[in-house]
Amino acid sequence: MQQSPRDRLQAPSAAALFGTDMYGRDLFSRVLHGGQVSLVVGLSVAALSTVFGLTIGLVSGFMRRIDAVIMRLMDALMSIPSILLAIALVALWGSSVPNVILALTIPEIPRVVRLVRSVVLMLRDQLYVQAAIACGTSTPRILVRHILPNTIPPLIVQATYICAQAVIFEAYLSFVGAGTPPEIPSWGNIMAEGRMFFFQSVGIILYPGAFLALTVFAINTFGDGLRDSLDPRMQRRV
Amino acid sequence: MYAYIIRRLIATIPTMALVAVFVFLLLHLSPSDPAAIIAGDFATEEQILKIREQLGLTDPLYLQFTHWLSNLLRGNLGTSIYSGLPVTTPDRAAAGADTDADALHYGDRHQPGDPARGHRGVESRHWIDRAVMTLAVFGFSVPVFVIGYLLILGGSRMLGWFPVQGYTSILDSVPGFLSHITLPALTLGAVYMALIARMTRATMLDVLNEDYVRTAYAKGLATRKVLVKHALKNAMVPISTTIGLGVALLIGGVVVTESVFAIPGLGRLTVDAVLRTDYPVIQGVILVFSFTYVLLNLLIDISYVLFDPRIRY
Repeated sequence: MQQSPRDRLQAPSAAALFGTDMYGRDLFSRVLHGGQVSLVVGLSVAALSTVFGLTIGLVSGFMRRIDAVIMRLMDALMSIPSILLAIALVALWGSSVPNVILALTIPEIPRVVRLVRSVVLMLRDQLYVQAAIACGTSTPRILVRHILPNTIPPLIVQATYICAQAVIFEAYLSFVGAGTPPEIPSWGNIMAEGRMFFFQSVGIILYPGAFLALTVFAINTFGDGLRDSLDPRMQRRV
Repeated sequence: MYAYIIRRLIATIPTMALVAVFVFLLLHLSPSDPAAIIAGDFATEEQILKIREQLGLTDPLYLQFTHWLSNLLRGNLGTSIYSGLPVTTPDRAAAGADTDADALHYGDRHQPGDPARGHRGVESRHWIDRAVMTLAVFGFSVPVFVIGYLLILGGSRMLGWFPVQGYTSILDSVPGFLSHITLPALTLGAVYMALIARMTRATMLDVLNEDYVRTAYAKGLATRKVLVKHALKNAMVPISTTIGLGVALLIGGVVVTESVFAIPGLGRLTVDAVLRTDYPVIQGVILVFSFTYVLLNLLIDISYVLFDPRIRY
């Protein structure tokens, strides 16, 4: 992590596995450190948007009266391209890791809400739910005991995709200067900072880029596998 | 049909109005004083006050909103804090580059995206299928700008076929335009293509199990004809939905791609506005992109009638 200007943009060697960046810092340790930040962003965005989306989706799907209002709001939120919205939010809030997480979470919420709501709408007419209503079970209890468990499998799959996407979007945000602050290395901002030096030292973009791509690839493949095993109808597809 | 289109157009008005409210509120959802952020770390109290005045932040909220909305309806998106020009001015200058690029991605992507993929669907576990799908998932996993830099490295640096960066308007020189736009179009198209390929494959696999496909084969139609005329046409509804929703990805990609290739389009304008925290410009760009996105998806909804005669309006 130490800056040493004399060793800047060195080729990979035994001392610096991936070479050094424009300040002479070891690229390998920066990439490893960046992975930590990128993964924290990805996982937090997935967790937060799932929790918020699940809550709103359950309520919206089960209570007709507020459903229309919530869905119109969600439609509007969805018609703003997600990266643009995130960029605007970080630009306004200032760049920090929590702000990036929040800014990436907000555009994902409506997508989770739609998914949860569609499951709820399908289940609401099922006999066992009708039976529960007839027995006088309270609405929150029906939601939590009878409907919530059925939304979990598709949600887990969705969450893995959100996580993968958030890792990429964090890189986009950093790249346009609305991401994690420069003193905290993430895969995105290592590449963003290094882009001026791309032709002197290709590795400064390629190494973090390759790590990011492999990570996202792995999460996506994991998601595909989960979907195949959780949803028998979708087997042997995509 | 026309009545339906008009009805749908009217139905988008509340959505767009809500988008406008969101975009307006963005400035006010800020936990701290937006004027202070815009002014920067070294601003004096006086400068902050001036910006606050400029943004109209001293008025009560409803007044600010009606003021902003009435300007918006008249096509006035406000004044750029950085340049002092109306937001619509840089917009127009930039829009040329942007729509060109977008139009090209469409042309570019749709050929490889579609009928060929049908074949891959047929032989579901053929090595071509595996290879193409791995490539598609990978296209999904690599950030747009990494693809861009790789293409610059290969296409400009090593082969010397294309200029590294920059932009020439199609009005100035057609070959110049084409050589400048090829790499950005390929870059931006990669993700979009991956998305459409995955969707096409999944729907085609579904459709190919249908009875009418078996019937088509049974009556001796050529494979190509069965795939394109019978299967693909039926698969087009979900595919075109994906094409429409994927535009959001394109818009995000445009922002990044244009800064990699130094193209003076709307995406570049967005990045510059972010770096200068020029809020009226950011609001303007979001509005323009969102409205385009909504209208595009409306067009796609209407286009379903072309693919599925059962859908009548």
